Amino acid sequence: MWLTNSSVGRKVVMSVTGLFLVLFVTFHALMNAVAIISFEAYDAICEFLGANWYAVLGTLVLAGGFAIHIIYAFWLTLQNRKARGNNRYAVTTKPKDVEWASQNMLVLGIIVCCFLILHLVQFWAKMQLPELMGEHIMRGQDYLQATFSQWWVLPVYLIGFAALWFHISHGFWSAFQTLGTANDKWIPRWQCISKWWASIVFILFAVEAIYFTLHFTGVINC
Amino acid sequence: MHDIPTDTSFLEMMDILNEMLIEKGEEPVTFDHDCREGICGMCSLYVNGHPHGPATGATTCQLYMRRFKDGDTITVEPWRSAAFPVIKDLMVNRNAFDQIQQAGGYVSFQTGGAQDANAIPISKEAADEAMDSATCIGCGACVAACKNGSAMLFLSAKVSQFALLPQGKAEAKRRVKAMLAKMDELGFGNCTNTGACAAECPKNIKLSNIARLNREFLCAKCSD
Ligand code: HEM
Ligand code: SF4
Ligand code: FES
Repeated sequence: MWLTNSSVGRKVVMSVTGLFLVLFVTFHALMNAVAIISFEAYDAICEFLGANWYAVLGTLVLAGGFAIHIIYAFWLTLQNRKARGNNRYAVTTKPKDVEWASQNMLVLGIIVCCFLILHLVQFWAKMQLPELMGEHIMRGQDYLQATFSQWWVLPVYLIGFAALWFHISHGFWSAFQTLGTANDKWIPRWQCISKWWASIVFILFAVEAIYFTLHFTGVINC
Repeated sequence: MHDIPTDTSFLEMMDILNEMLIEKGEEPVTFDHDCREGICGMCSLYVNGHPHGPATGATTCQLYMRRFKDGDTITVEPWRSAAFPVIKDLMVNRNAFDQIQQAGGYVSFQTGGAQDANAIPISKEAADEAMDSATCIGCGACVAACKNGSAMLFLSAKVSQFALLPQGKAEAKRRVKAMLAKMDELGFGNCTNTGACAAECPKNIKLSNIARLNREFLCAKCSD
C-alpha cells in the first residue's frame, strides 16, 4: 500500500491527519470562547457533546486521527534518523530560511501530547467517560472551575499552547506542500497563513485559560 | 597552512595542502573533484557547516579563499548521510543518485527522422522552469544538508525537468513512481519540508519542485 510503503504516501497520511487535527483544535478554541461570553451556553455545549452517539463517534474519529498522526510521527522520525546516519557533523549551521519548528516537530509533538494527556485527565476523564459509564456528572463550568482555580494549571497550559503554536506554524504550510498544493507563489502564502492560523489558535486558547484562571481564582469578578 | 593567495580556489588550496603533505612524506587527503567549474557536482565538501561552503549558489570548486579571513580555522567534512557511505577521507559514494536516475530519469525516443524543433509548442514559462530544474548537477548537497537525509530536492528537480515538457509527459507516471520507489529503497529519509536543501543547493533548485514531485506522484497513484 503506497500510504505505508512510499515516503510521499507516508507524508500524505501525516499531512491529512495533521490538517484534521488543526481543524479540530480550531473548533475547540472557538467552542471554549463561548464560556467567556456565557457559562450557561458553555454548559449546553458540554451536554450536547456528552454521551450522545454523534459525540462518541466524533471522539472515536478524533482519537483515531491522533493515534495515526502520532504513530506515523515516530515511524517517520525513526526512518529519518536512520537515513541521516550515525556520523554527526563537527560544525553545523542553520540556514536562515529554515524554521526552528521544522527541525523539532517530534519534540514539539511530544510536548503537545503530554499536555493532551494532562488535559484529558482533567476534563474528558471526568466528563464524557463517566457519563458513558452511566454516572451522573456536573455542569461543564464546574470542571473549568475545578481545573483553573489551581494556579499551576495556567503556566502548564501556556507551555502546551506555545508548543502547539510552533507545531502548527510549520505543520500547516508543510501539509499543503506535501499534498502538492503549493508553488513559488503559494509557498510564502501558505507560510504566512500558517503563522496567522497558529497565532489565532494560540491567542484564543491563551486568553481563555487566562480568563478562566482569573475568574475562578476570584481575581476578577466578571 | 600559510600564504594562500586570496584568489586561490578552495580545491587549489586542497591541492597545495596535499603537495605539502606529500613532501613531508604524509598521506594526502582524498577528495572528489572533476570539472572544477561547477557543472559536474563532484566536489562534495562540507565546509564550516555548509555543503559547498559559505557561498550561496556556488559549488566548492567555485569557492575562493578570499571568502575566509586570515588565520581562520576551516573545518572540512565529507557529506554525512547513511545513503552516501564515506569511501575515504572526504570522498563519499554517491552511486545511489545514479541508481535513482537509472530508474526513470530519461525520456525514450522513437527512431526515425528528426522532426522540426518548433513542431511542439512549449511556453516560455514551462521551458524556463524545466531549464531551472535541469540545472541540478546531482551533487548531493541537498542530502548532506538535510536532517532527514532526504533526497527529495534532487529527485524533484529530476522529475520536474521532464514533467514540465511535452517530451517527458508520455512516461511521466511511470517515471515518478519508479524514481521515488528507488529513492525509498536506497534508504533516503522522508521530507519534512525544513528547506535546508534549497537553502544550500549550489544551483538554487527551488522547494516548489518538491510540491510538483508530490503532485505528479499523487496524480500517478490516483490514476492507477
Ligand atoms: C493537536 C495536535 C496536533 C496538530 C494540530 C498537529 C498538526 C500537524 C501538521 C499539520 C503536520 C504537518 C504534516 C506535514 O508536514 O505534511 C504535523 C507534522 C508532524 N507532527 Fe503533528 N500535530 C499534532 C500533534 C502531534 C503529536 C502529539 C505528535 C507526536 C507525538 C506530532 C508529531 C508530528 C511530527 C513528528 C510531524 C512532522 C512529520 C513530518 O513533517 O513528516 N504531532 N503535525
Ligand atoms: S538539488 Fe541542488 S543540492 Fe541537490 S543534487 Fe541537485 S544541485 Fe545538488
Ligand atoms: S568539481 Fe565539478 S562541480 Fe565542482
